[in-house]
Amino acid sequence: MEKTLTIPEYKADWAEGENGKWGMVIDMDLCTGCQACVAACAMENNISFVGEEDAGYGRTMHWIRIERFWEGTYPEIRMTPYQPILCQQCGHAPCEPVCPVFASVHSQAEQINLQVYNRCVGTRYCANNCPYQVRVFNWRDWPRPAPLENQLNPSVTVRRKGIMEKCTFCIQRIRQAEDVAKSEGREIRDGEVVPACAQACPADAIVFGRLDDPGSRVSQLANSPRGKKLLEELGTLPQVTYLLGG
Amino acid sequence: MAVAAKPLPHAHTHATEGPDPRESLMFDPRPRSLMNAWAMEAMHETSWKFWAVAAFLALIVLVFLVGAWAWMIMEGLGLAGVNRPAFWGVFLVNTVFWIGISHAGTFISAILRVLKVEFRRPFTRAAELMTAFGLIQAGFSILMHMGRVWLSYWLLPYPNQRQLWPNFHSPLTWDFLAITTYLLSSLMYLYLPLIPDLAMARDRSSGWRKRLYRILALGFRGTEGEWEHLRKAMTIFAFAIIPVMFSVHTIVSWDFAMATRPGWSSTIFGPYFVIGALHSGMAAVVVVLFFVRRMKHMKYFVRPEHFDALGKLMLVISMAWAYFFFNDYIVQWYGGDKWTRMLLEYHENGPLGWMWMLMLICNVAVPWLLLWNRRVRRTPWLMAIIGILINVGMWLERYVIVPISLTINRMPFTWRQYVPGIEIPLGIGTLALFILLYMLASRLIPLVPIWEVQEGQMVHSLERVGKTYVPVVKELE
Repeated sequence: MEKTLTIPEYKADWAEGENGKWGMVIDMDLCTGCQACVAACAMENNISFVGEEDAGYGRTMHWIRIERFWEGTYPEIRMTPYQPILCQQCGHAPCEPVCPVFASVHSQAEQINLQVYNRCVGTRYCANNCPYQVRVFNWRDWPRPAPLENQLNPSVTVRRKGIMEKCTFCIQRIRQAEDVAKSEGREIRDGEVVPACAQACPADAIVFGRLDDPGSRVSQLANSPRGKKLLEELGTLPQVTYLLGG
Repeated sequence: MAVAAKPLPHAHTHATEGPDPRESLMFDPRPRSLMNAWAMEAMHETSWKFWAVAAFLALIVLVFLVGAWAWMIMEGLGLAGVNRPAFWGVFLVNTVFWIGISHAGTFISAILRVLKVEFRRPFTRAAELMTAFGLIQAGFSILMHMGRVWLSYWLLPYPNQRQLWPNFHSPLTWDFLAITTYLLSSLMYLYLPLIPDLAMARDRSSGWRKRLYRILALGFRGTEGEWEHLRKAMTIFAFAIIPVMFSVHTIVSWDFAMATRPGWSSTIFGPYFVIGALHSGMAAVVVVLFFVRRMKHMKYFVRPEHFDALGKLMLVISMAWAYFFFNDYIVQWYGGDKWTRMLLEYHENGPLGWMWMLMLICNVAVPWLLLWNRRVRRTPWLMAIIGILINVGMWLERYVIVPISLTINRMPFTWRQYVPGIEIPLGIGTLALFILLYMLASRLIPLVPIWEVQEGQMVHSLERVGKTYVPVVKELE
């Protein structure tokens, strides 16, 4: 990674349609809505336990959530496909330019959007400007229920109150794989980095990998005619592709 | 700077009929020594009721502002009502509201001073104080809003070891710089016209007051040279602060307009917010003037004619506000964007649709129906009520723009209504602090710029032309 002394670019130097390094494909036809990804993500990333009351008031902290809608009244309902929503790691991320202190920044190396927790002052502008509403805020310092304080992931920072956070594509796993590959003097192999959500998915609906490698599984799936981008019309260049209508 | 002889509206009336020109402060001069004595007396004589109210307000500030804020800093923003999707709530509403209030000060004082509008003279001070005190509340409100307020200095571009700078692409950074600039410049602009009055007070007081005024008056003696310098400085500031004032509320509007949200990304938000700020600020000045009139001797300075003039301005500004509101609405509606359409529907028919309705009633219907009437405009208590109603309407306008608009976004799964929590006591606390600061200021500085009134009276005179008295304004400098 090159070290630059200039102010970090908040917008990646990207041309429309150019693929970033890491990307994800989610097959909505395979998703069963089991929420295993949600639980795995919470465990992997030390996400706070918000509790019933705050969760009911719209303060859930999940970095990935399963959206489902239905029409009609039970039992005569028609469901839409389950849609896991996580940070789309936009190429032109609306959250980045609005942060007054550069807490929401673009990673030049990974081409994903990162949040610098200890720089965040909690203006919450990034969350307002996120069209996908995937950013979550630490409204309080919630206590962790009894045995769970012993299972914190040492590779991930714990966040305190007043800080914005969001999906990182499990940057700690990406970095670990990069380190291993570097020490072995090779490129990262396809499938070597598996984020927690993809690892936990029993239907194998979530595929993760390098989009700049045309041979990778994720690249091939992302180019499938079933692929759709979420709110593509906003020009945010998302890194997540949804497959639907197979 | 020639001032043409400007006939007043009733100038054509015959001397023996029509309203007496002496109803107007400028044509009703009193000895200077008497006016100075009145101003001093108004500062000194305080009833126990005044201090009882002040103590009560201080208690509210202590509990609702200091106490509740400390609690919220310890517990986190969970005590407030903000949630996803309404990440911004009443704190932002109050910030925009108080900045709006602060606009009237500069508008009345600077613009009317630059345009040499004579009726401004007795209430420029009250308006300028409103700017300073309103901005203090706006600052508090925005700080309350922050998740980690103890790190708010990170928004300042200060040199540091890590070579980190604020993000100059962010509207919040612009906002921070704009509000700071406006606060500093409006404090200076408040101070300059205060100097002659402070010197007047210095010469007429003793004890700690004398010491205080001696420092604050900067040795002003009233020589020709000092006046010339002061006038020049005030003119420079009056001209310079007008663009600052317009830019500040435009930048505040950009916090919203720059975002990619339905209902927010509107190109007309800049002027719309400026007019909204003037609407609430002008109305707030009227409310303050009503209370200034209740102070001793102040009925001489603040007269129905001033409420009349402000009422006309309020009516015009209300029309301008309605125009911008309609313009904003019609373009968004005509755009036909799916989310914007849902948002407009939610504004009007959602669970908080009454706020939208009440906003239009207070901001448009009330002024349009009442302020046409000269008798209404000349009744101070009625004007105060209209002023309060307009401020309620403008507060609701900001509420509709911030949390209600945030409820509707492009991810319907996250839609959830916002219910304010600790924002309410904290908001009451800022209001109490605003009133308390005004009350304390009324004990320390003359709320009416005495020298400005005297200056005005010197150049105004009635001259007999044939059978008629014609009001004449002479050249000042």
